[in-house]
Formats: sequence, structure tokens, C-alpha cells
Amino acid sequence: MTSTATSIPFRANAAEALSNSPLRAAMRNATETFAKKRTEATASLPIEEWRTQASDTRLRVLENLGEYVDRFSANAVRAGAKVYRADNAESAVSIVGSILKDRAVQKVVKSKSMVTEEIHLNKYLETLGFKIVETDLGEYIIQIAGEGPSHIIVPAIHKDRKQVGRLFSEKLGCEYTEDPAALTKIAKKILRDEFLSAKAAISGANFAVADSGSLVIFTNEGNGRMCTTLPPLHIAVLSIEKMIPSLADLPKFMRLLPRSATGQMLTTYMSVITGTRKAGESTGAEELHIVLVDNGRTKIVAGEYREMLKCIRCGACLNACPVYRLVGGHAYGATYPGPMGIVLTTLLEGMEKAHPLLDATTLCGACGDVCPVKVPLPELLHKLREERVERGFTPYLERQGMVGFGFAAESPQLFSLGQTVARVFWPLAKKIPGLGALERMPIPAQITFGRSI
Amino acid sequence: MRVQLFGTCMIDTFFPETGMSVMKLLRHFGVDVSYPKGQTCCGKPANSGGYARESRKAAEQFISVFEGSKDPIVTPSGSCASMVKNHYHHLFKDNTMMRDKALAVADRTYELTQFLVHELKVHEAGLSGKGKITYHASCQLTRELGVKEEPLLLLQSLNGAEFIPMPYADRCCGFGGVFMAKMPEISTALADEKLDTVLSTGADTVTGCDHGCLMNIADAVRRRGARIAVKHIATVLAEGLK
Ligand code: SF4
Repeated sequence: MTSTATSIPFRANAAEALSNSPLRAAMRNATETFAKKRTEATASLPIEEWRTQASDTRLRVLENLGEYVDRFSANAVRAGAKVYRADNAESAVSIVGSILKDRAVQKVVKSKSMVTEEIHLNKYLETLGFKIVETDLGEYIIQIAGEGPSHIIVPAIHKDRKQVGRLFSEKLGCEYTEDPAALTKIAKKILRDEFLSAKAAISGANFAVADSGSLVIFTNEGNGRMCTTLPPLHIAVLSIEKMIPSLADLPKFMRLLPRSATGQMLTTYMSVITGTRKAGESTGAEELHIVLVDNGRTKIVAGEYREMLKCIRCGACLNACPVYRLVGGHAYGATYPGPMGIVLTTLLEGMEKAHPLLDATTLCGACGDVCPVKVPLPELLHKLREERVERGFTPYLERQGMVGFGFAAESPQLFSLGQTVARVFWPLAKKIPGLGALERMPIPAQITFGRSI
Repeated sequence: MRVQLFGTCMIDTFFPETGMSVMKLLRHFGVDVSYPKGQTCCGKPANSGGYARESRKAAEQFISVFEGSKDPIVTPSGSCASMVKNHYHHLFKDNTMMRDKALAVADRTYELTQFLVHELKVHEAGLSGKGKITYHASCQLTRELGVKEEPLLLLQSLNGAEFIPMPYADRCCGFGGVFMAKMPEISTALADEKLDTVLSTGADTVTGCDHGCLMNIADAVRRRGARIAVKHIATVLAEGLK
């Protein structure tokens, strides 16, 4: 059981990405800018203290996740929302589908949400005949390109402005321009008409406040606010671990999430939505449906990888990851890329499918250093590698090699024999295909250090 | 002062001259260095690959070789030092006796530059150097052991040498142990990027505290035909002894 037909071909994907020079340039520019801004935005602040506090709050939620979800649900219902629990992706998409089918809507505007990517909501709704319009600019770009996001907060990070310009002129019939401001204006005009005519919206949420039943949405473009205030019907889809205890906890995350994500002090727009539009209020949806997606979380939270669910989806670990920076998000062949993506994908989709992703890390530790909620990513990655070995998902030759290593490591005589054999056969071994790494190492010394002293 | 040297399997097999530099350096500062027999590998390659059983065997061997003494254990490698200090005890979480032994050797273990700066004050000794030197801050050394300042203090103290910091010095070079063999495309691409930043400094020597990374960087140098020397920090420092 080494590599199965269904496992993600990470190495091949990565090799392809590496030969794509516009992608590499776009990735380098963007991740370097974000990482630099993040460093600047977190300098000379008590960032360690903030991280610890945020981590503690998230952990407290995860330790009693069921209770927080119940409390949130009760309070959201009290505020006028309808709350649904979906155990898995199928039930989540069919809940959303049936809410929409009951209303006479054809078109849905949507603000960015990773969990809807995870459950493949757009595809499902499109097969039911609905038109889905992504309204986050990056999401809009990849939607018209027919692609998935390659970064959890910057979905079109892999594209440069020339590619976006060509895409717009091809798909939207406008004149070619590569000026970002002009391109934004084109999209804005189209999206404004979509907002004004839409009768339904789907959003995600960054946080769900248990004590008030509120949803908190951060955006930079204001599209989240348009989606959740203009159309009369608002469906929010979020995964259950998004809970925070109370509004008093929100500032901890307001200051950390944007700083970690893009280096902003604050997000440009923050909406706190508590239930439906009340009498006398001028904005807000008349109907609010909240779909809480489990899709494996309850199981994860009960196990040894619980801390992964502290993640607040800031993307800092992606920008810091040497592998992600090089190959981009699509190489991971899954919804979530980068270090957090390797862990989450393995937990959500299973070892059989995701095990090749565990090679997509040098275990350099940069991700763990930047995470605002102290998800111990290097530890979790390492633990998953151990699980991969235990469950027999590493290649046969590698396993045999390691068994040999184990014997040699505990026996100095065998170890030294191994060194001699390596020295003698090195020139020969270098010629064996698949042992390319030897080509990149020097020839073993004639006399080992141990013997030369 | 006496220390026990853990040479590392990589230096033992491929870079004995670096081991000699370490000996020379420590002896120069009056340290009585012993090289305990029976040492093999700290187990890091197996451990980072996820092979707990095999890395435990290596750890048991390390512990049995070094546990008999109270002297500091010095090793010229950030990743091996971190393996002993930060990972050994996890390998024995179900075995209290071995875990205590692991913690005891961990307590005595120093990465070379840690020992040179904190115990021997080598950065105050006025060693000499030459040329322009830049430095790669390897991952486990920097992030797991938190050894950031020590190598810089040492390099900046060299009379006659110019230390030039490298941009993104603590960015991974793409070695990653088993990663190098399993993901050669990414590994070499990262080493190439690292070499770009190395060469951007205009230095004639790049140094570091881990031979794994230096080997990977040296390979990028070879592939590109670049003209820059790649040396372990022990060698750079030993060259400056009077
Ligand atoms: S794991 Fe941490 S750094 Fe990565 S996206 Fe989640 S919160 Fe951000």
C-alpha cells in the first residue's frame, strides 16, 4: 500500500508548477509582500502574549465545542435565524439547495467562504440550475477562469495582472488592460448589478459568537456587507469550530487575523450580524439561515490532532512555507493548501488520499512561528508522518532502508560496515536511477572522522 | 573543562575535516575533548521521516554511549542537537526510565556555537578571519533551539573578515533530510533560491552550523558553477586560530 490510484500526485503537480514561470513569479511576489507586511505589522507589539491569549480562547472553545455550538445555535434562533446542523458535505449542500429551491430565486451572490469550497457547494447548486456569482474579486477571477482557490485568503494569488487582463477580455468581452485599478473597476461594475438584482446570498463567517448568536465577517472589499444586507435571503455556511465564546473575545482576533493575513492593522470591513432585520432597521436580510458544517470536525476535536481546529484561516503559514511559496496552492490537489492544508486535508479526507502531501514539507518550522493561534503545525505534520509510517503508507524501499538504518544505528560495527560499503559502492550507486540524491552529496571520506582521531 | 563530542554521522562519513576543526577549536580553548566510542547517528533522518521505532533505536544507542558522564555533550549541528534536546523525550513517552535518561542527556547537550559563546566566550577571544563571509541560519538551529545570535556574534568577532548578513537568512535551503531524496525538484529549486540570496551578498564564503544544509547549498554551487566557498562554521573559526 504505497501509492494508490486515488492519492494526490503531489510530486508530479509540484514539478509541473515549478516549470510554470509566471506562476512562480506571481507566487514569489505575493507571498514575499504578505510575509514582509506581516513581519512589520507584528513588530514592536506584545505579539507573543496576544498569540497565547488567542490560542487559549480557541482551545477553550474546542474543549467544549458541543456546548458552544448549542449555545450559539440557541442564541441565533432567538435572534431570528434558522440554524441547521450538517454532519457531512452531502447534507450541507442539500440543506442549502432545499432552502433555495423553496424560494423563487435563480441567482445567488456569494462572499468568500472556504468551507463552501470544501463541500463543493457551487458545483452542487449549479447542477440544480442556480447561477452563483462570487463577489470577492479574487474568487470572481478564479470563478470565471474555472479554477479553485490557490490560497485561503488570496484565491487568485497564482495569477499575475497580465493573466487577469487576458482572462477578463476573453470572458467578459472588455478591452484588454493590465491595470489593476481598471480591472477592479470592470469587475466592480458587473458585481454591483449582480448585488442589486440578487434575491439571495451565501456567505461564510470568520467567527460565530456563542453568547450572542452573532456571525462575524471580515472582508476588505465590502462585498461581504453587500451580500449580507442587500438580498432578503442570507444563507451563512460555516464549519462548527468557528465559535468564540463572547463578543468580548472578538478584539483578540480582530487585531491578530488581519495582521497575520495581509499585515493590515484591521480589516477594512467587519460585519457583526445578529439575527434577521428587526422592525425599524434599514438593512439586513429578512431571512437568515445558518448551516453549521461538521464534516469530520467532531471526530478531529476528540483526537490527538485537535489543535488543528484552532486555525482561524489567516493564511500566514502558507506565505511562510518554502514549499507553498514555490509551487502554489493547486499542487496540493485539495481545498486547503500549505502547511495547514496538509494537516487538514489528511484529517478531513483521509490518509489514503492525502499521504503524498506529507512529503510537501521540509519541517522547517516557519509555519509554527507565524501562526497567530499557535497551531503546532510542525508537530502535527510530524505526528502525521509517524501515523503514515505506522499505517504502511510509505514506499516499500524506504521502509526497508529505514529498517536497515535502525539496525546500523544501534550497532556501531554494522554502522561502520555501512560506511565502508557506502564508500566502495558510491560511484556505482550514483548511477542507479532513483538514487539521484546521491548525485548531490559528496563522496564518503576515505577515513571516517571517528577513525581519524 | 572536559566535553564529550558527538561528531554526527554526516561529519563522520563525509566531512572528517570539519570534525578535526571542532577538535582543534575546542582544544585551543583549553577543553579536554573526548570522542566516546560507539556513537552512530542521533536518529534525526528516521525521526523526520516519521520512523519512530528506528529513531528510538538510534536514541537508545546515543544515550547508552553518552549517559555515563556528567560532562557537556557538544555537537557541531543544530539539527542533531535539537533532535537530542527537543525530540528524544517524545520517543520515550511510554517509558519513564528511558525518558528520564533522555532528558538527562538533553540537559547536557549543546550545539557547538552555543557552547563556544556561552561557556568559552570565544566571541571575545579576538580570533582572526579573512574575506567576506555570509551565514545561512539553519531551521532547527534557529527555530527549535533558538540559537540565533551565537553564530553571528562569533562571525562578527573575526578580525580581518567582513561579515555580510544574507537576506532571508533563516529561510529553509530545501535540505530537509529525507525531503532532499523524496522531493528533489523542490529541494533543488529551494537550494537555487538560497544560492541566489547567498550570491547577492557578494561574499566569498558561505557558512552555517549544519552540514546537511551546507551540502545542499554546495550542490547548488556545483550545479551553477558559482565561485564561492561553502564551509562549516567550525572550519571558518578554526582557520582563524593563531
Ligand atoms: S494554521 Fe495558523 S497560520 Fe495557518 S492559516 Fe490557520 S491560523 Fe493562520
